[in-house]
This record gives sequence, C-alpha cells and structure tokens, in this order.
Amino acid sequence: MAKFPDTLIPPPLRKPAKPGQNGHRNGNGASPNGDSEEKSVVVEKLKEAPVDLVGWVDERTGASPFLTGMLLRKVPKGTNWFYTLGSATMFAFIVQALTGVFLAMYYTPSPVEAYASITNITNDVFMGEFVRGLHKWGSSVMIILIFLHMGRVFFFGAYKYPRELNWVIGVVLIVLTLVMGLTGYLLPFDQRSYWATIVAMNINGTGPIVGPYLADFLRAGAEFESTTLSRFYALHMLLVPGAIIALIGAHLYLVVKLGTTAPPWVRGDTKPKSLRKEKVG
Amino acid sequence: MDAGQKEEYLREYEVLKKKGKPFFPYAVAKDSVMFLVVVVVIAVMSIILGAEQGPKADPTTTTYTPRPEWYFFFLFELLRVLKPAALTPLATIGIPTMALVLLLLLPFYDRNPERDPRRRPVATTAGIMVIIAMALLTFLGAEAGAPTEIEMDVAPQYEDGKVAVAGQGCLTCHKIGENGGDLGPELTDIGSKLPAAGIRRTLINPSGIMPPYSALPPDKLDSMVEFLASLR
Repeated sequence: MAKFPDTLIPPPLRKPAKPGQNGHRNGNGASPNGDSEEKSVVVEKLKEAPVDLVGWVDERTGASPFLTGMLLRKVPKGTNWFYTLGSATMFAFIVQALTGVFLAMYYTPSPVEAYASITNITNDVFMGEFVRGLHKWGSSVMIILIFLHMGRVFFFGAYKYPRELNWVIGVVLIVLTLVMGLTGYLLPFDQRSYWATIVAMNINGTGPIVGPYLADFLRAGAEFESTTLSRFYALHMLLVPGAIIALIGAHLYLVVKLGTTAPPWVRGDTKPKSLRKEKVG
Repeated sequence: MDAGQKEEYLREYEVLKKKGKPFFPYAVAKDSVMFLVVVVVIAVMSIILGAEQGPKADPTTTTYTPRPEWYFFFLFELLRVLKPAALTPLATIGIPTMALVLLLLLPFYDRNPERDPRRRPVATTAGIMVIIAMALLTFLGAEAGAPTEIEMDVAPQYEDGKVAVAGQGCLTCHKIGENGGDLGPELTDIGSKLPAAGIRRTLINPSGIMPPYSALPPDKLDSMVEFLASLR
C-alpha cells in the first residue's frame, strides 16, 4: 500500500500520539513487518481525524458547550406529543423553503410570462407538478400547524411569565405566515390569484391612515401594474421569509434559554420534606 | 404575577426540569417522527390533490369574483356578514386589527398566574369561543361559493359556456339555478322561453340596463348562447 501522506491532515488537526503508542511516528528504526504496521497507523490516524476536526472547530468557536447544553438540556417531566407542534410548524416551513427555491429556478415574475412559466413547471419540468403541489399544500399544512401550536401554548398557559416575549414573537410569525399565503397567492397569476389579490389590496386600502399607502406600496402604484407582480415576488421570497427565519431563530433561542413548559397539570413538589413536616406538625 | 409567584414558578419549574429527560434523544425522537409525518402528509396531499392551474389572469373580466385561499375564508365571511357599506371598514380592518392586538398583548393583560386550563375558566372559555367562531366563519365562507360560480351540473359540451357566463358576471342580475341576483329575469329555464337566436340577439343588443356583450370573441359568445339555450 502506498504511503499515506502525513500532510493530508494539517498540523493543527493532528493529535499528539497517545502515550504508549508513540512507537511509530517518532519511531526510530524500521518496523519489523513494514507495510501492515504502516497501514494500521494510517487507519488509526484517519479514525482520529473527525475527533480532531471537531476539536479544531471547537477550539475556535467554543460551540461545544453550547451544543451539548442545548442537546442534553432537560425537558420537563410530562412533555408530550403536543410539544412537537412547534417543531412540526418549522419542518413545514423548511419544506416550503426548499420547494420554494426549486420553484424560483423556473418561475418568471412578469405578468406576461408568469402564467406560462407555471404551466412549464407543471407540465414539463421533471417532478414539477409534484413540487408545486408540495409548496401549495405545504402552506395549508403550515397554517394548520402554526394555529395548533398557538392553541397548545394558549391552553397550557405557556405564554405566561417568563415567556411573554416568545408569545409576541410567535404572533408576529403567524402574521408573517399569513402574509406569505397572501403574497404567494398572486404568483401563479391565474384568475383566482389575480382577483383575490385585487380584493386584498382594496381591503388594505380601506384601512385608516396607513391603509391607502400600504395598498399603494403593495401595488407599486395606484393601479395593478406589471411591477406589482415583481413586488409580490420580492416580498414572498426575500423580505418575508428572511424575517421569518430571523424570528424563528429568536423564538428558538428563547425556547432553549427559558425551556419548554411542563403541562400545567404536572406539579413539582417545591417544598423540602423537612419544611413540610414542620408545617404539618 | 408578583415577585413571590414568579419565584415560586421558577422553583417548581426547576424541580420539574430535574425530573425530566434530556432533549436528546427523547424530544428529538418525537420531533423526528413528527418531521416524517409532516413531510409524508404534504407529499400525499401533493400527489392526491395535485396543483391544478386555473385560467390565466384576465384583467378585462371585471366581474370575476375572487376566492381567497381557505385560511382567509374567515376574513372573507366576516365581509359578507357585515354587508352594509358603513360596516365594511369594521369588517376589513377594524375587527381583524383588534383581534390581532388582543392576541399580541395577551400575556400582558392576562395576569392570572394559574396555568391549568381547568382553573382558568374565562381564558379557556374565550379560547374555545374564538376557535368555534373561526371554524364557523371558515365553514360558512367555504359553503358560500363564489358569487360568479354556477353550481349546476351541465353536459360537458356546455361547460365552456357555463364558465363564460359565470365569468361575465351574468349572476350579478340574473338567477341561474341556485345562484344569482334578481335584478333581471331568471335564466334558469331561459332555453324554453327564448330560442338560441333570440338569446344571441339579446346578448348583442340588450334592452334596458343590461350591458351589451357584442365585444366578446365570437366563440365565447357562441358557447354562452349554447349554454343558455340548453337551460330548460
């Protein structure tokens, strides 16, 4: 077997030989059974490589206490399936993000070509209709999950001290998710989406003070124009998802920091036994 | 919550947390199962329900009445319930904005330290009522059907005409089957009252307040006439 170059793993990654195993690397003199010995050392080194790599990254980021703290943190007693609804919502969002990237590769945000590009995705692109279906129905699934998640948090009283702020972030996420539904609805540019969007913008326009401005902003003018579609496209795939990702980050940070609640009917005994005895006696 | 209640909560939470299990692998396992369920459900929906494309957007059909995505039905229905023009801003902006502010500020006005839903009768009742109201509005919104939708089974050769008639907004004034207004004569059995040629004449050169449809493409007009003449 060819010699495995020592330079494969850069010096900072190389782990000092374990005591008692230093024979070969620092070894002076030829090993008695040449090649096989060499091979085992190389294998040994390769086995160590991932550990060394992790060590290298950790030394420079300090990530491991954070990661172990996050993964091994205790989840309170009584945590049940209702507690997966938040993650499930995020998974639905991930499906939306991935299928959205796929669709963006083929979609043209111009009133002239949008409809035809959707036809192209549906009929010609490999698995195009399937991915479009994933994106279309994924949005419904995400809406259902986000509302179920909110229901769980509401009925379990999980929005109370010290998690008030996370409730507020969650409500903003719901609004942004609905905005995604609204802006995405126009993009296929069929009759339904076109007229529903016209109405939605007219509704915005009836709002007090900011209403007309908001409607003008969404339409990119006083009337529905060719720029309206690209504006919705930019909102739907840059601004709003960016905000959603940032807020999911903040939401999860607070979840990890504050911990998930226990179901309200699971009680913890906070009083030391001796104290309790004193009270009884 | 006063400082004492806060401290008591945090202490009890600490105890419950100590008795709990580590996030990895216990919670991670449940989340992973849920991930699979979510992905499979979406995939099955995509395969079964597909992603059909509607007719291309046409800004000239000013009478096409839109339908929002189902999760906006509750807002849509609110608009129908509060029909008087004076109440429209209330339905479009007023009520949704108020609901949103109430939702956003929930932890700040609900000061009850109790978390168990069975011992928070007001909050629990309010929550259930909101769910029922939203479900009802969504259901009614879904039932209502678009005002330009003709809910009628017709032979396939008349399907184009049906869509065209619906798209032209005839239902604004005319009743066809279960749908439509009563400003103009009912068209449910117009085929037995007027011959096809008469229907065509009326469409091109109508009497009274009805707008002419002479500017339509001939094949569209033909399909409308055929559909209307088939109504007996």
